Amino acid sequence: MLYTLSILVENQAGVLSKISGLFSRRGFNIDSLAVGITNDPNVSRITIVANGDEYVVEQLEKQLNKLIPVIKVKRLNEGEFISRELILIKVHCAAAKRAEIIKTVEIMQAKIVDVSPSCVTVEYCECANRVNTLIDLLKPYGIREIVRTGTVAIDRGTASVSV
Amino acid sequence: MISGAEIMVKCLEAEGVSVVFGYPGAAICPFYDKIYDSSIKHILVREEQNAAHAASGYARCSGRPGVCVATSGPGATNLITGIATAYTDSIPMVVITGQVRSDLLGRDVFQEADITGACEPFVKHSYLVSKTEDLPRIFKEAFHIASTGRQGPVLIDIPIDIQTNSIDEFIYPDKVNIMGYKPNTKGHVVQVKRAVEAIKASKRPVIVAGGGVLSSGVKLKLQEFVDKTKIPVISTMMGIGVMPSEHELYLGMLGTYGKAVANRALHEADLVIVCGARLGDRAVAAPDQMSEKTTVIHIDIDPAEIGKNVKTEIPIVGDMRNVMNMLIENIGDFAVLNQWSDTIRLWKKDLFKEPPVFDGYVEPRTLVGHLSSMLHSKAILVADVGQNQIWCANNFRIREGRFLTTGGMGTMGYSIPAAVGAKFARPERDVIVVCGDGSFQMSLNELATIAGNNLNIKIIIMRNKRLGMVRELQDNNYGGRHSATILQGDPDFLKIADAYGIDHAEASSNEEAEEIIRGVVDSDKPFILVCNVYPDTPSI
Repeated sequence: MLYTLSILVENQAGVLSKISGLFSRRGFNIDSLAVGITNDPNVSRITIVANGDEYVVEQLEKQLNKLIPVIKVKRLNEGEFISRELILIKVHCAAAKRAEIIKTVEIMQAKIVDVSPSCVTVEYCECANRVNTLIDLLKPYGIREIVRTGTVAIDRGTASVSV
Repeated sequence: MISGAEIMVKCLEAEGVSVVFGYPGAAICPFYDKIYDSSIKHILVREEQNAAHAASGYARCSGRPGVCVATSGPGATNLITGIATAYTDSIPMVVITGQVRSDLLGRDVFQEADITGACEPFVKHSYLVSKTEDLPRIFKEAFHIASTGRQGPVLIDIPIDIQTNSIDEFIYPDKVNIMGYKPNTKGHVVQVKRAVEAIKASKRPVIVAGGGVLSSGVKLKLQEFVDKTKIPVISTMMGIGVMPSEHELYLGMLGTYGKAVANRALHEADLVIVCGARLGDRAVAAPDQMSEKTTVIHIDIDPAEIGKNVKTEIPIVGDMRNVMNMLIENIGDFAVLNQWSDTIRLWKKDLFKEPPVFDGYVEPRTLVGHLSSMLHSKAILVADVGQNQIWCANNFRIREGRFLTTGGMGTMGYSIPAAVGAKFARPERDVIVVCGDGSFQMSLNELATIAGNNLNIKIIIMRNKRLGMVRELQDNNYGGRHSATILQGDPDFLKIADAYGIDHAEASSNEEAEEIIRGVVDSDKPFILVCNVYPDTPSI
């Protein structure tokens, strides 16, 4: 089961290592992690996507809550949040294939942000599933390099995670 | 102007700290220079780990956070085992370490160690101080965090320049405000009601009491609840002392090394009320089997403990004192059916066996069983780790005193330094150490601390010339191959005692041992008794 946790933490040194350390020493795996400051400069928000059964998630939430700099932990409910990650893909692109690649990029509503004689770089900001689809579509042309952020996620509607 | 080092001392004074245990070094020298003139007593141990154990013993007997101090690098890393021991046993402690200059951090300079990083899994919280003006807030927070909620050690790592820098004035905050730390102590009313209903509906309930009952200072409330409801009580190792051992409804310690009657009652119960215990693997070997046929009520201050090891039907997060009061208020005149308490009484009688005596040896279980009657009723017994721990846990008859041991980490060498801390917390009480010849040698250097402060601590060494518990494991599981468990080259412990100027004796029978103990129990000097124990004596 894949689940998404939103964690509000005090914006101070060492918090990230406390959180990532907790995952590794209890044998829990992190699929993706993203950190950034919130509208309150003293508070950062961490989004973690991880894999585990109900027991693992519940333990994780509780153990995270025990860390002193952690202000709030919320598990986002499947289907009730919007998630995005950003990816930059450098694809091998011979002149003959360029039109084809541009078409694919257009269909997926991605963007070409850099072009050179033998390759293009595609920027895409979408949920993890769609990002994976784009990767699959571009794979046949030869992917040279991928750089990808962790997922960030936010509740749909008026629900929110705040201090 | 006031220096960081002076601020550190003033913070400790503001927290009412009267004694700290430590070992100096270069990076903590500014602090040592200031504590020299203060009202706080500094007890010099002989190795840093023991400063942490002493602070732990102090905390458990005084109910206030213990404080220990060490220098940077090796001083700090030596503390780790002591910190980890306190962490697993949920002991409130504030640990102060010196650190190299802030501008040199991360350059691997002399005696630099990333102690906040190294201790991360073993502390409730830690600070690496970056500004002198932060010291008062950090000390205030550290004492608050250590002593509230689920108690535990908090580490403050202080670079030497933070200690030497000065600020204009010292103001100690009277409040803390930590956004992410607001322990829930109240106990949920609806869950307590559900618990009361479940108790009333039960036919064979038992209480499993852990260290949480002792650390929340609520053992008398628990006894009141038990006397009212007649629900039998089992304790974990950390919970020993929640009930007087002779109480008719107390069944002793549960688990792998526990009492058969305790395990049997737990097995037969239809309702288990877990109070401030985490039910680790030594306590309940197959927790999933337990919850299949019993209803579990789990009361704990730490929500993460509930459901972690045992499936729980009724969770109650809260301070044991509040929850116990609520239970007593709501339980009415419920009392357990006589049939259940009679059954348990019968089991208790059936299972008692006098251990066999070997000529020329002290039988340790019998000796520990008789020990209590030779001491005052509030005596503090400190057991080490190994067979001596199990002999004490199962046989010491506790009355109004305490039983100290390390349940979670099982750290050998704990008993002597912990007894030092206990004695400073409770100078008026008997403090007795029971250790093995293995564990004694892990912290015998602290005899100097005992001698130097003339601490009235009586030490009983159970000498079987073995690492007895591992030897027993080898006999049971490894074909009796005694790999590295036979102690060779041990010194004459009596000469060691003599070298430290501590009175001593040796016993080779229970009569002899008891006579010696009776003779020294009222003296105000330390004493070491070496008991020769038959090498194959089992743990239980």
